Amino acid sequence: MSIAPIVQSVTVAVPPDRAFTLFTGSIGRWWKRGMTIGAKPHEEVVIESRAGGRWFERDEDGAETEWGKVLAWEPPGRVLLGWQIDAAFKYDPDLTTEVEVTFVPDGTGTRVTLTHSRLERFGESAERIAAQLGGGWPGLLQLFAELTEKEA
Amino acid sequence: MANRIAVALNALADPTRRTIFERVGAAPGAVGEIAAGLPVSRPAVSQHLKVLKEAGLVTDTPDGTRRVYRLDPRGLGALRDWLDRFWGDQLGAFKDFADQQESSE
Repeated sequence: MSIAPIVQSVTVAVPPDRAFTLFTGSIGRWWKRGMTIGAKPHEEVVIESRAGGRWFERDEDGAETEWGKVLAWEPPGRVLLGWQIDAAFKYDPDLTTEVEVTFVPDGTGTRVTLTHSRLERFGESAERIAAQLGGGWPGLLQLFAELTEKEA
Repeated sequence: MANRIAVALNALADPTRRTIFERVGAAPGAVGEIAAGLPVSRPAVSQHLKVLKEAGLVTDTPDGTRRVYRLDPRGLGALRDWLDRFWGDQLGAFKDFADQQESSE
């Protein structure tokens, strides 16, 4: 069972190497404020520049909140990030959905395409949340399985 | 996103509501049919159905003078819609930022 990935693209005016650097290295400057998961607004968002690196936000007090990790680091064309934020918008180390961002030359600029996939794993995470909230709910587990199949 | 899924899970945290939800899942029906045999009043069942509907778990469609309740198949679809808008907003913000860098160079 799988859910169709989310695919979004934009074309930016800078070349791929610059777009890659701005996307990954300055994410805290362009990421929309308030759309983060820490207790306080983010001061910085960090994507460590290597496979296996961390992806996290840091607030003004220096408190860090994990978002996920770097699964593949291939400048200037591609970065693959593990998004470990669940359907309740909380960090969950047991959950990894994938956010792939590619940077392809487009005239003098760059076509940036973001693909968020493995979304069916949110359903599995939702099952865990359900189990934590209310104990075993066979009916709900079944429902999520059915919904995911319908989405597929 | 969350909010959508969390609201759904909260709605189902009530055992009576869960029973009603499972009944609707087993067979779509009107309030009277869903309430039949349950140890709760029909108005109470109506109220539970309202909560389930607001949580995006069931939908109701008119059928003559009654309303027929069935499961809302959009469950995870709601999450997907939310993510779609989320990433659209973020990439839009990235484009504004990157283009601004370009014009300031």
